[in-house]
Amino acid sequence: MRRSTIIFLAALAFLTVLVTVLAGTGLISTSFVKTLGMTLCLCLAAVAMDVVWGYTGILSLGHMAFFALGGYLIGMWLMYARTEAIVVQALSGQTLPPTPEEIRAGIGGQLFGVVGSTDIPWIWGFAHALPLQLALVVLVPGLLAAVFGWLAFRSRVTGVYLSILTQAMTLALALYLFQNDSGLRGNNGLSGLQNLPGVSAPQSVTALWLFWASAAALAAGYLLAAYVVGGTFGSVIRAIRDDEQRVRFLGYPVEGFKLFVFTLTAVIAAIAGALYYPQAGIVNPAEMMPIASIYLAVWVAIGGRGRLYGAVLGAAAVSLLSSWFTGGRAPSIPLGFYTIDWVDWWQVLLGLTFVLVTLLAPKGIGGLFDRWPK
Amino acid sequence: MQFLLPLLLAVMLAFPAAAQDAADVLRAHRDQIERPSRMTIGPVIDELAASGDPAAARILAAWEERRLGLLPDGRFVIEEDGTLTDLTGAAVGGDASMLRPNAGVRGLIASARVRFQLADPAKRAEALTAIARNPAPEHLPLLRAALAEGDDPAMARTERLLTIRFDPDPAARVAAIQSFGASLAIDVRAALNPILATTRVVSLDGPPPGNIAREVPVDEIGRTAAYDLLVAADLAPARLSPEGERAALLSHVEDGRIAGIPVATLNTRAARDAAYEALEASGAVPPAATEDEVDAALAAATIADVYAEPEEAVTDAARAALRGIDTKVGLMRFADLAMDAVSLASIYFLAAIGLAITFGVIRVINMAHGEFIMMGAYIGYAVQQVVPNYTLSLVIALPLAFAVAFAAGVALERLVIRHLYRRPLETLLATFGVSIMLQQLAKNIFGTQARPLTAPGWLSGSLTLNDVVSISWIRIAIFVLALLFLGLYLFIMRRTRLGLEVRAVQQNPSMAASMGIAPGRINMLAFGLGSGIAGIAGVAIGLFAQVTSELGQQYIVQSFMTVVVGGVGSIFGTLAGAALIGFLQKGIEWMNPSNTLAAQTYMILFIIIFIQFRPRGIIALKGRAAGD
Repeated sequence: MRRSTIIFLAALAFLTVLVTVLAGTGLISTSFVKTLGMTLCLCLAAVAMDVVWGYTGILSLGHMAFFALGGYLIGMWLMYARTEAIVVQALSGQTLPPTPEEIRAGIGGQLFGVVGSTDIPWIWGFAHALPLQLALVVLVPGLLAAVFGWLAFRSRVTGVYLSILTQAMTLALALYLFQNDSGLRGNNGLSGLQNLPGVSAPQSVTALWLFWASAAALAAGYLLAAYVVGGTFGSVIRAIRDDEQRVRFLGYPVEGFKLFVFTLTAVIAAIAGALYYPQAGIVNPAEMMPIASIYLAVWVAIGGRGRLYGAVLGAAAVSLLSSWFTGGRAPSIPLGFYTIDWVDWWQVLLGLTFVLVTLLAPKGIGGLFDRWPK
Repeated sequence: MQFLLPLLLAVMLAFPAAAQDAADVLRAHRDQIERPSRMTIGPVIDELAASGDPAAARILAAWEERRLGLLPDGRFVIEEDGTLTDLTGAAVGGDASMLRPNAGVRGLIASARVRFQLADPAKRAEALTAIARNPAPEHLPLLRAALAEGDDPAMARTERLLTIRFDPDPAARVAAIQSFGASLAIDVRAALNPILATTRVVSLDGPPPGNIAREVPVDEIGRTAAYDLLVAADLAPARLSPEGERAALLSHVEDGRIAGIPVATLNTRAARDAAYEALEASGAVPPAATEDEVDAALAAATIADVYAEPEEAVTDAARAALRGIDTKVGLMRFADLAMDAVSLASIYFLAAIGLAITFGVIRVINMAHGEFIMMGAYIGYAVQQVVPNYTLSLVIALPLAFAVAFAAGVALERLVIRHLYRRPLETLLATFGVSIMLQQLAKNIFGTQARPLTAPGWLSGSLTLNDVVSISWIRIAIFVLALLFLGLYLFIMRRTRLGLEVRAVQQNPSMAASMGIAPGRINMLAFGLGSGIAGIAGVAIGLFAQVTSELGQQYIVQSFMTVVVGGVGSIFGTLAGAALIGFLQKGIEWMNPSNTLAAQTYMILFIIIFIQFRPRGIIALKGRAAGD
């Protein structure tokens, strides 16, 4: 195992313990624990992005679609199970015990009243069973990525064309979900996901659980990614990044390698999303718009492509700074004639940072570590 | 006596018309006129109109226009140009309270005034409008009387429309229907459609009476709906609904049991059915229809759509006429849709043409392209704030938008993109950074609210060919603008030195450089040109879209699609791509008219599949633009 992996895992373990202790003593708020947990999920998505872009050279502008899709799929169970509990509770006071049909009708009305329907669409068929829905969290994004990747790689779409195509895929998915008859509540999305069904523990406890789960997922994802990018496989995908044609002529099935990496990272992103949205509490189609995926690329680029800890650093730094600046907690700078309010100017600063990093520091923050003696 | 009686009769018959003048009618019905209601005022208005008094026309006009008033002593007065006159036209003084009939009553008055107006060619149009708004059978003789005195095409047309609806003679109605042929006018369809209105009727003993449009098979509407019709017509007992069953069971709960079955076990449909049957057996609840009974009842029943119109000849004629109209309307709709598609295609072409230059010629993907479009739209808005004349401001805004966007494009190329020519993927990210900067800057300057960019008067409204086909002038203008840009592009690329050098650099930059062309300068100018055109496109798009900081984002993905589908680096490819996407989107919208979001989704899916078969677009170029 490489030294950077060990350092990373140690740092992650230290952070987890630190947050647990601090949250236990009440020094950091539940909402901050949630923010940290969400950040870890974003870091995991960034690790996936780094594998697909930094190591394999596929600039996917669609990986946040898989992330949001993971959120949707787990959200369906969270929302269904919670609504079922509420409906059963509401109907239990009646003389006649409710039939399964009545419960289903009640759930349908609760879930789809906002889009003017009471029928439960077929895509919610597995929403009542957690194990089935968990399987879907892996299967649906994985299948989507596999089909899309197969189509795209087979016809040798590369470079910026591929980026645009992935962006189009994301947009198509988002636009589809924006419709009321998509069966996923249109632009209302799924909400109330922070309440875990069947769990009576307070939010401060569930937030910590989800934080631990996120940390564990990040650790596992990081290890998996480190394993994939190390060894022969890693050498091949880096070679594909550097000169795809030459690798093909050497006899490697380039399309197979790319498809495997694309699908694997999509699944990792989906799992990250499945852990992210229970902490965010709500998922809607806007989360799938192409801009989210571009931001993911931004984090990886700022953190440093082609090094996994760089992706984590970039995602953590930019998303935490982003929530600090846009949350209104950053102090405004009065210039006398004009006051710089960071809520308005953070995006400008981010954009500028991004241009400067691309121009001046192609290796990102991670590049700084190269100066350390190995 | 023998000759006196007819005379007396004649006098009596003539009397109401001659002797009862309008003022008498008003006096007799003062209470109703003061507080009229749509329900009760009709006879009074009719009496007034039928009085034959020439003053009646004047009184009705004043009443409708709320110029009829009452003096405190009960006399009616009419206000004309601020002075009060009595019903004969003599000026009176005093303080009158004006009557204010509501819209419904005024509609009746307008309808009654028709007879006076029809006789007067100057007011005829007004009368025909009143008839069209509120047609009534009694208008028909009035129209025919007026037509007998002089021919007027509009009046004759209205007469035929009323004949279709109200004439008692079916032959006359059929003739009137046929006289219109396959007219596209909305009023003709409005007159024909009620004739074909049907109600669904169900009967147990053979076909129901009346003018039957067609018999409806049970399969078509479904067993449940068919049986519901029987129940609604009281021809069959109600079927047991889950709610009804629940209510029936609940009313027979005794000691936590229903018919001996514990209530707590009734948590499935089958258990409830069993409990209900137990109650049915004991006679506690009325029997409900079983599935077999439902089948038997449905087998005996005939379901038919029956016309409200009893005359078969009339419905046949109306159906034939509407069929002809529908065919024609379908063709016209197709033409309208094609025009919409062309207009959408020209919008995409406008938005994409600048991208075709920056992406196609120098193979640099400019994510900030959408923001140059936005920039153009905001410049259009800003110019309108300074120059209030919309035409003049447009004349200023178009070159200004080009100049500003050109300068911004050149600055972007010199400061950022120049350093990234060897790293195309990173150009994408760097220009994305510029894109979010520009978007946020626009938000900081102009706020998040949509800003209006108003089209000049001569661009508002639309070119209407008939009741189906119409296209707004703005869309025509954008089409013309797109054509202009196509010409301009072709001229620059094929007829100027700059175009020659751009093509040379596009095909082989190092060779071009060795021939004395400075690729850096050419790249800069091409980038500026592409951005400038985006700026102009922004002004055009801003005329019909909301000008917000996100304006560019809405077009950027479609623009990329257009360029990629069309084939990078070829203007005709861009044109073909825009046409394909525009027609495709409109076509899908037409198949699923309720949903533009779905149309866009399917369009993108189509493009992803299309790329499978032509990865390099419709028109694939060779050379540098063709890529690695």
